[in-house]
Amino acid sequence: MILWRDIKGTVQPFWVTLRNLLRRPVTVQYPEEQRALPVRTRGRIVLTRDPDGGERCVACYLCSAACPVDCISMQAAEALDGRRYAVWFRINFARCIYCGLCAEACPTLAIQMTPEFAFCKDDPLDMVYEKENLLIDHGGKDQEYNFYRHAGIGVVNPRGGNDDEDPPLDAKSNLP
Amino acid sequence: MTEGLITLALILVKLGMVFFVLLSGAAYLVLIERKLLGRMQLRYGPNRAGPGGMFQPLADAIKLITKEDLIPAQADKVIFFVAPGLATLTALLAFAVVPFAPPMTVFGREVPLVVCDLNIGVLYFLGLSSLAVYGVALGGWASNSKYALLGGIRSLAQLLSYELAMGLSLVPVVLMARSFSLTDIVLAQQNLPFAVLNPLAFLIFLISVAAESKRIPFDLPEAENELVAGFHTEYSGMRFGLFFVGEYINMMILGAMVTVFFLGGWQGPWLPPILWFLLKVLAVAFLFIWMRATLPRLRYDQLMHFGWKVLIPLSLVNVLITGAVLLAMQN
Ligand code: SF4
Ligand code: SF4
Repeated sequence: MILWRDIKGTVQPFWVTLRNLLRRPVTVQYPEEQRALPVRTRGRIVLTRDPDGGERCVACYLCSAACPVDCISMQAAEALDGRRYAVWFRINFARCIYCGLCAEACPTLAIQMTPEFAFCKDDPLDMVYEKENLLIDHGGKDQEYNFYRHAGIGVVNPRGGNDDEDPPLDAKSNLP
Repeated sequence: MTEGLITLALILVKLGMVFFVLLSGAAYLVLIERKLLGRMQLRYGPNRAGPGGMFQPLADAIKLITKEDLIPAQADKVIFFVAPGLATLTALLAFAVVPFAPPMTVFGREVPLVVCDLNIGVLYFLGLSSLAVYGVALGGWASNSKYALLGGIRSLAQLLSYELAMGLSLVPVVLMARSFSLTDIVLAQQNLPFAVLNPLAFLIFLISVAAESKRIPFDLPEAENELVAGFHTEYSGMRFGLFFVGEYINMMILGAMVTVFFLGGWQGPWLPPILWFLLKVLAVAFLFIWMRATLPRLRYDQLMHFGWKVLIPLSLVNVLITGAVLLAMQN
């Protein structure tokens, strides 16, 4: 019986492969045929802006810290209204492994992954993207979110004046 | 004087044609194989270079030639250089005895369409196919790498064991044809090809031929999961390409051998003999490709087990039975 099973198991697959000869290949012929990739695809990284057109990034270095290959670097500075921003922001895409951890770590939804993946270059130095290459003029996957409307020191609204914020507590008022 | 010159010219032309057909055949066999494998796995296979991928062999050759050619520092240089050529050469030489059509008349003289009609063609073929192992084993040894060495040893053991089954499965053929000459063997199949007369020998020969040509499911010398790549681990560029080409020439030779020994050679109705021969060789090649698309690689002990405990006893029994039947028919 085992012999019979072996013989059947050896012969049957031949029919399967022969049948496949007459079926249409499922291959996507890449450069001519381009699939629309899902939005969650982890391709080239962009820096997005909030609905008011301001830069979302607050130069908190969280993405840089989360990056397993250390390919993000930046320099933080503070604007006159107390808002932090990145003076320069650099991603070396020649090192990036497109793991998406930076986008995961970002508290302001500034750094986001796009489905674009076909942007290789001959010179590795051309793969180093500066802030002006990274910054786009819309909100990416979330057009509504604005970090400063939910938290942060009073940049948009006075301190504690945001929708889901309580006014600052006067610690002296609730002494026993 | 002129007689001799014409004979020489005819032989040279014949040789050149065999060479040309064999080499270009091997190159395009690679393409056909990749295409067929692709379709069997619901892919297209190569289709970028030229219309339908026609120039793929050329592109491959250019790529292989222009690639960096590495030689391990501790390698045995001479043997390392010679081994790939040896693998290809033994494969090429075996074609010398294959008759691909009945004799043809050119300039009023009879030209046999076989490079050299040896009367011990079967032995010559068996001898050369045992020599083929040298290319692989020496290549593995000269690389001075343990992986390559293991691959070489494995192929040595495998080729030797399947050599036995192959030789034994040819004994009934020789018995039935009463000759060692390949032309006589083809002629003996005038009425019925030996594949029909002796299907067991045919099957054994087919399996051992697949093992001899180191093709999936018997491609254990290469087993990339255990051996990185196998005997050609340290080879690169065109040197690796030679091993590769040798393998495909080997496939054509063995296809031709299956055709000659079991499928009636060039004989067949309606079509010209040489076309029949080609068709049969291609059919065998298709069978091998189909097998590659279908079966997974065997484990090494399974391979040895199958060779020694199943194929060899079976072919021995087959020799006995064939001999007995032939004897009974004579009386
Ligand atoms: S995707 Fe991963 S590797 Fe690339 S920048 Fe972000 S964290 Fe670093
Ligand atoms: S991109 Fe996001 S995580 Fe990175 S520094 Fe800017 S705000 Fe922080």
